[in-house]
Amino acid sequence: MARVLRWDVLVASLLIVVFAGGSFTSPGFASVDNLSFALGDLGEIALIALAMTMLVVAAEVDLSVASVLGLSSALVGALWDGGMAIETIIPLVVLTGAVCGLVNGLLVTRLGLPSLAVTIGTLALYRGLAYVVLGDRAVAQFPPDYTALAVDDVPGTPIPYPIALFVLLAVVVGVVLHATGFGRSLYAIGAQEQAAFFAGIRVKRIKLLLFVVSGTVAAFAGVIFTLRYGSARADNGMGIELAVIAAVLLGGVDFDGGKGTLGGVIAGVLLIGLLRNLLMLGDVSTEIQSIVTGLLLIVSVLTPRLVSLVRPALKGTP
Amino acid sequence: MTPMRLTAVAALLTLGVAACGGTTKSSVTSAPAQAPASSAAAANPNAPLKQGLKLAFLPKQINNPYMTIVANAGAEAAKEFQGEAKEVGPSDASASSQISYINTLTQQGHDAILISANDPNAVCGPLQQARAKNIKIVSYDSDAAPECRDLFINQAASEEVGRSQVKLLADMIGSKGEIAILSATANATNQNTWIDFMKDELGKPEYKDMKLVKVAYGDDDDQKSFTETQGLLQAYPDLKGIISPTTVGVSAAARYISGSKYKGKVVLTGLGTPNQMRQFVKDKTVEKFALWNPKDLGYLASYAAAALVSGQITGAEGETFKAGKLGERTIGKNGEVILGPPFTFDASNIDQFDF
Repeated sequence: MARVLRWDVLVASLLIVVFAGGSFTSPGFASVDNLSFALGDLGEIALIALAMTMLVVAAEVDLSVASVLGLSSALVGALWDGGMAIETIIPLVVLTGAVCGLVNGLLVTRLGLPSLAVTIGTLALYRGLAYVVLGDRAVAQFPPDYTALAVDDVPGTPIPYPIALFVLLAVVVGVVLHATGFGRSLYAIGAQEQAAFFAGIRVKRIKLLLFVVSGTVAAFAGVIFTLRYGSARADNGMGIELAVIAAVLLGGVDFDGGKGTLGGVIAGVLLIGLLRNLLMLGDVSTEIQSIVTGLLLIVSVLTPRLVSLVRPALKGTP
Repeated sequence: MTPMRLTAVAALLTLGVAACGGTTKSSVTSAPAQAPASSAAAANPNAPLKQGLKLAFLPKQINNPYMTIVANAGAEAAKEFQGEAKEVGPSDASASSQISYINTLTQQGHDAILISANDPNAVCGPLQQARAKNIKIVSYDSDAAPECRDLFINQAASEEVGRSQVKLLADMIGSKGEIAILSATANATNQNTWIDFMKDELGKPEYKDMKLVKVAYGDDDDQKSFTETQGLLQAYPDLKGIISPTTVGVSAAARYISGSKYKGKVVLTGLGTPNQMRQFVKDKTVEKFALWNPKDLGYLASYAAAALVSGQITGAEGETFKAGKLGERTIGKNGEVILGPPFTFDASNIDQFDF
């Protein structure tokens, strides 16, 4: 019974309900074109959510991801415009993302600052750097072979390549998080950092690694974003850190750390994406869309707390 | 640290290998540009406008009064040919936020999408997908990349904007005296093009008694434009008129003049919006100013979309179509249709506009 009541299972069921309801009420919804698009639109958010899940499980957060994405996009644009080969640009930009993550991680682990504060700071800092790099210009005309990789579906499926990559990485992260000692140490850090430390877990090093991974993934998402839209701009991806965190929380990961599953997060990402797509197809205005997403998020944070309050009370009654 | 070091070495190696060759900007742009998708069907100028057309306006962002006026006028035009038009769009004007809407409109099976593009290239892919489904694309206000749309309704041909500003001022000062220009930034593309046409117009014999003494730059910053105006009037006591072809500049200049001793002595005109300029027209600081008429823009865009869908035009240069009360319009080069000379606002008509 307890297993059925788990939040991530609920979110997954809600996802199925939304999907079934959508196919039933909106003729265009379940079409291959639309699903492929809706999935493609989630690519960057989904990828970043993988890294964010591990961070939040370990009771940290990285709010600078969208700014790293923007900086990465600006760099891609500036270097491409400067005549550098895209094959050189991509590893260089991803490396920059790793450095951005390293800075976050060092500030958090070496100086002991709270990650919320640090990454609010670097959120502004990295976005500012993006504008320094590219100003308010837009760079376009990327090689079609590469933009196709960011847009096209894997042949024979409605799954865009970035989503295929996401699936692959999700399997890796899923195994690491749920089937390895390293994964368990993340939960331990999130649940009781000091206990984890005394149990021999190298808390600081692990956290540092998580921030580096987060920055790296965000920068790679920036490359995908740039190629998908065919337009490099410093303001690319502004605000998507909120969508990522919304998906992670909606997926049942506890913001205080130590709880949550990757499956829940994936269901959360899909739920937010499909719901938005469905509301748009139904001509629901942007304001109502954000109200729906906002309410969903509040419910997702509130419900587990209420359940944890109510459950002991229920057990107490004979 | 060994694994980390290994990773770094591997990354550097990759860089080194990649740097030796690869896909660069020059290798891409030297390839022949993709020809604009041309419609196989020939234009039939006598085809009747189809009825029951579904048009969708996708502005840069919703809840923007200017954009809403355009879309509403488009919807009114659609009623004239028994069609319907709606306005949908994102709440922020970022480059990527229009993309999901283009996809949605494509799925909903509209006949035409009318878009004011936030980014000419970012919208390109989805617009091409829409066109593949035989949806016509008309851009207005802010163009998409030309290969991704059928028509662009250009609200302001640069030449007409520049020349008409000089005419407007000349009428009010009797084509005589010193004048100045208060522009945006020194490298603003639009403003500089207009100013070049203003200078060209001033070279004509009928303006021989008008002398441009200074082009000042207010950087589209309210405060700076305000002080630049002050500076101009002090430096050139004989100044008769100022043209400020930027909405920020003209309203800041008007605010300075309305509270100074120059009110009624120096004529100010430019490109402004009715809401920003209303109080200065009412207090007689400004007699006339110009901007395109957003209602006509939406109206023309609607008719252009209907003409495309009905097969009257394909978007090729030289084709003509009837745009209701605006009369016959001709498609210029690059698939552009020009709205016409800027619209002049004065005390008699300013209250009909709210943007």
